[in-house]
Amino acid sequence: MGDTIEKVSIIISKGSLEGIYPGLIMANGARAEGMEANLFFTFFGLDAIHKKRHEHIKVATVGNPGLHLATMAGGLPGMSSVMTHYLERKMEKLDIPSIPEFIEMISDTGAGLYGCKASCDLFEMTKDDLIDQVKDIITVGEFYEMAAGGQIIFT
Amino acid sequence: MPSATFAGKVVAVNDEGFLENPDEWSEEIASAIARAEGIELTEQHWRVIKFMRAEYAEKGTGPTVRVLGKTSGVSIKELYLLFPKGPAKLAAKIAGIPKPRGCI
Repeated sequence: MGDTIEKVSIIISKGSLEGIYPGLIMANGARAEGMEANLFFTFFGLDAIHKKRHEHIKVATVGNPGLHLATMAGGLPGMSSVMTHYLERKMEKLDIPSIPEFIEMISDTGAGLYGCKASCDLFEMTKDDLIDQVKDIITVGEFYEMAAGGQIIFT
Repeated sequence: MPSATFAGKVVAVNDEGFLENPDEWSEEIASAIARAEGIELTEQHWRVIKFMRAEYAEKGTGPTVRVLGKTSGVSIKELYLLFPKGPAKLAAKIAGIPKPRGCI
């Protein structure tokens, strides 16, 4: 069999749709392969597990050359919503779950969800602001303890 | 091509231990593969395994965990309790069908 990965700790640090999905897909995929997986949300990545915000995650249309939009056009009012709608429709056709549904599913797979203490302090968030599936708000030291012996992925 | 012996029968398997030919599968072989993976099959396991085989027969590919959770009648939480080392992957292995391909 050769080398196998037994455990992954995935950090999600961005609050845009394209910043959040890759980490979620990697965590879900790790569990599907039988690996242990933990997700750690820091800085704007916390929006993915924020009760009031996780249903309103948007694609970044400014400063995103991958969209092949003129920079000025990306900044027009409503552009981010339009692009998000467009992508969400495409994802639905491919049966890719929405972010809230995906996170609930990942929690059901047994992966751990954690918020970053420094970021929660900075944004004045408490565990009550975060969705129920979040196990705890932890420090960077606790994160490293939890990640010991596995792979760490920063997104 | 590697082979393995399950329930006294020699079958061709791939590098990961999945049956090369789903037609060589039998319920005895399923129990033997499961035992080798540390799983004693219960009625709920069989429900998932039979669902996997039916899906494979119909679509030519096994369902991913998400599809299993939505359509097999067994929740994602329970699927991971039944097959802790990856429900779709392990159930496919025990069901004698190829490993499902899919990112979600």
